[in-house]
Amino acid sequence: MGILDGKRILVAGVTMDTSIGFAVARVAQEQGATVVVSNFGRALGITKRIVSRLPKETPVVELDVTDQEHLDRLPELLREHVDGLDGVVHSIAYGNPETLLGGKFLTGPWPDVAQAVQVSAYSLASLSNACLPLMGSGGSVVGMTFDATVAWPAYDWMGVAKAGLESCSRYLARDLGPQGIRVNLVSAGPLKTLAAKAIPGFEELESMWSDRAPLGWDEKDHEPTAKAVVALLSDFFPATTGEIVHVDGGYHAMGA
Amino acid sequence: MATTEEIRADLAEIVNEVAGIPADDVQLDKSFTDDLDVDSLSMVEVVVAAEEKFDVKIPDDEVKNLKTVGDAVAFIERAQNG
Ligand SMILES: NC(=O)c1ccc[n+]([C@@H]2O[C@H](COP(=O)([O-])OP(=O)(O)OC[C@H]3O[C@@H](n4cnc5c(N)ncnc54)[C@H](O)[C@@H]3O)[C@@H](O)[C@H]2O)c1
Repeated sequence: MGILDGKRILVAGVTMDTSIGFAVARVAQEQGATVVVSNFGRALGITKRIVSRLPKETPVVELDVTDQEHLDRLPELLREHVDGLDGVVHSIAYGNPETLLGGKFLTGPWPDVAQAVQVSAYSLASLSNACLPLMGSGGSVVGMTFDATVAWPAYDWMGVAKAGLESCSRYLARDLGPQGIRVNLVSAGPLKTLAAKAIPGFEELESMWSDRAPLGWDEKDHEPTAKAVVALLSDFFPATTGEIVHVDGGYHAMGA
Repeated sequence: MATTEEIRADLAEIVNEVAGIPADDVQLDKSFTDDLDVDSLSMVEVVVAAEEKFDVKIPDDEVKNLKTVGDAVAFIERAQNG
């Protein structure tokens, strides 16, 4: 018996077995879910290989969230594998590390900022909307953020995009609530993934985190984050929406 | 036990499949980035495929040390024997 028995879940944004989405897919399957994963572009080839490391067979569909045609055809692609959706996990972000991250805040060029906001924030709305034809009451959308209430070293324009994502999830909660669909975010501490490694200087955050978080922090352990995502996908948060659940060892609650 | 040449040939097939580089070009003295134009995303895929094919674990920290095909083959040989 698992808390996702019988649930059909799309996890968007799995490239490596270090991707947060991979850990979510694994825990979701362990909890009884049927999982489909998606990814985009050349990374899709890696995804197709890496899903063989998941406990169950996992279909992979192509989705570039910046491509309207991909969004439009998504329900059709998903219907080849599932007859509906109970949950959507948005585990997608991109900001050009050369121009936007790691101390380049003041000179970040608009086209790159626009791309970061489109891929990392706007796409929560466009992905949710694309999946609506497959979702009914009791559905759950969960996204991934990194605390956007303050400024961080190195995170720069990705932090601005995350602030947009956090606001986006509140508006989605407002507009999808009447249909019985919940929208929440998990705010994770720094985790070692491809995306994190691409941010110059992000590792400085890691050591600071384990020092200050009252529960400590292991940046290689994605399971606590994945479990929170799975809990939000389950029926155990039936009256929670527009919420941000911190999975950060308690870091956000400490003043120093 | 697979010979060095067998591992090289299998790895060459992977590099060919992932990055479209002729398998015959994937020789021990060739650098992945400089000679074969394997970019970082393709390298990640080569590593994932090689882990499956050779049943070894290639840690992230190790990947940057695998500059040439020979480095990778030597690593795989060590990992299979160890
Ligand atoms: N790693 C951390 O420290 C950390 C902390 C908090 C939140 N997060 C968030 O978690 C989420 C997952 O990131 P991750 O750390 O697992 O890294 P990751 O690189 O493994 O995952 C990011 C995914 O986004 C996908 N993606 C990028 N552009 C896309 C596009 N246009 N269309 C579709 N997919 C696209 C990538 O292919 C990749 O699979 C992101 O939202 C990230 O910001 C990460």
